[in-house]
Amino acid sequence: MTGEGLTLAQQLPALQIVLPLTGAALCALIDRRNVGWAIATLVSFAMPVISVMLLIQVLTTGPVSYAFGGWEPPYGIEYRVDVINGFLLVLISLMGAVVMPYARRSVASEIAENKQAWFYCVYLLCLAGLLGMAITGDAFNAFVFMEVSSLSMYVLIALGNDRRALVAAYQYLILGTIGATFYVIGVGLLFAMTGTLNFVDMAERIVAVEQTRPVLAALAFITVGMCLKLALFPLHVWLPNAYTGAPSVATVFIASTATKVAVYLLLRYYYSIFGAAFVFDDLPVTPILLILSLAGMFVASAVAIFQSNIKRMLAYSSVAQIGYITLGMAEATRLGLTGSIVHLFNHAMMKGALFMVMGCIAYRIGNCRLNNMAGIGRRMPVTMAAFVIAGLSLIGVPGTVGFISKWYLALAAFENGWWWLAFLIMGSSFLAVIYIGRVIEMAWFREPTGPAAEATEPPLSMLIPTWILAGACIVFGLDAEMTAGVAAQAADALFAGLR
Amino acid sequence: MSEPLDEILNVVVGNFNQWITIFLMVAGLYVVVARGNMVKKLVGLSIFQTSVYLLYISPGKILGGTPPIITDGVEVYSNPLPHVLILTAIVVGVATLALGLGLVVRINEAYGTIEEEEIFDQGSDE
Repeated sequence: MTGEGLTLAQQLPALQIVLPLTGAALCALIDRRNVGWAIATLVSFAMPVISVMLLIQVLTTGPVSYAFGGWEPPYGIEYRVDVINGFLLVLISLMGAVVMPYARRSVASEIAENKQAWFYCVYLLCLAGLLGMAITGDAFNAFVFMEVSSLSMYVLIALGNDRRALVAAYQYLILGTIGATFYVIGVGLLFAMTGTLNFVDMAERIVAVEQTRPVLAALAFITVGMCLKLALFPLHVWLPNAYTGAPSVATVFIASTATKVAVYLLLRYYYSIFGAAFVFDDLPVTPILLILSLAGMFVASAVAIFQSNIKRMLAYSSVAQIGYITLGMAEATRLGLTGSIVHLFNHAMMKGALFMVMGCIAYRIGNCRLNNMAGIGRRMPVTMAAFVIAGLSLIGVPGTVGFISKWYLALAAFENGWWWLAFLIMGSSFLAVIYIGRVIEMAWFREPTGPAAEATEPPLSMLIPTWILAGACIVFGLDAEMTAGVAAQAADALFAGLR
Repeated sequence: MSEPLDEILNVVVGNFNQWITIFLMVAGLYVVVARGNMVKKLVGLSIFQTSVYLLYISPGKILGGTPPIITDGVEVYSNPLPHVLILTAIVVGVATLALGLGLVVRINEAYGTIEEEEIFDQGSDE
């Protein structure tokens, strides 16, 4: 394939990266907040169209390969879309599109006026980085995009109006860079052993050297590095502060996409490159992941119960939910992996909705402290109803997306004969009942007092995106055909491997 | 009789670059963890990142190899790819360091200190 004679449809993978990057440059050059918002919205709305077209193409005709700059893989950088990263691209770009209409009012109220255009610039860079990590078929290119997204995320977090946001961004910078460097050490070792950076090529060549020490070290480095990025307990310390300090819009976007991409990359290495048999049968990865996931599910949920700032509470809950995702990975069966992948999507929906509600509340009363929320459900009933729906989803009530994920994870546990695991999954849901219940009790069953008494519903531009995500929690919970179907196909593709 | 000595020498000298890499890696990481001063942490982080440059470049050089330009009479070429990769990694490292220092300046403005302990003491008022 050369650079000439490509139709627009064949250029879709490149557009996923080129459009946000161009948009970011325009935002920075024009430096007007309304123009910045318009550009970011335009780009964010175009992205899901492109990614859905790509996913449909993948589902009908198989993986799409794009040779960047016309350099043939494995020599040049290849963009490769198969079912799993196609699914992820759709997720990231959808979240980007839902967040943007919401962003205008929220950003205007939380960020200094002269920095708002830069917010949209950095947001687009972050989008480009996350999409790039998901779409690329090149190990080093993934590192570069990881740093593009991470650096822009540090800036997004530091834009929070609390000074603690600065410290949170700094902590995240230190830990995120350590994680990325661990990843790149792993890639370096793999490159030294296989002589290639292309995922498909690497998957073929690694078979001959699989049992050597550098490859084992590479696996360890990549595991630790990516677990830092995806905030697996106990490597999650950066996450609660970062999510709490960041502006509401940034929290919604980061919480529903960033850790998911890191999970994807780890899945890619475990299943496509190292191979499930090597990682899960020859090495004790399953018990390690299993113990850490369970610890995360219980410890982080328990800590969440004692938080007075609801944004921080939801951040701890995110750590617990990451535990479910890695739990599915540790189960290492087709069902477990399906649960894991579908939970990537489902968690993005419910956590996105919950953080959006927090953004609405912060827009009206200025913060997200539980004490200030007494009776707020009576003043902002539509907003808090979305919280209830997404909260029930987080608990895993049947009819919501949370139930679908836990159903698959529990089925996989029974399939492996780990019946105790199914009970533990149930048990950690009860912790979610407590921390979500606290908020619901405070918001709905108290007389409105303090700042909550004067609160009113947020503007429609914020309410509608919130309800789109809350609605998605129900729609995909009642009819999981589409999400779980694609997730199952993705799990199959991962087990089939790239070889 | 000198065989064990030779072996040790081989391990040390033969993998000299790797030893330096590991030393820098561990030293950098130690500074990040052990120091409370935010600038010093960034210095450690930079050393840690720099160690990776060496890790990549060392295996790319082949003794007696020339730059990969095809000429008569040359059979052995060094691999140019690691250098290109590390050029990118250096840019990433510089960007990270710049952003980190920028954050430290802002933290100093907001808290009046860049010592982590003192910041946590001030920050626990929530």
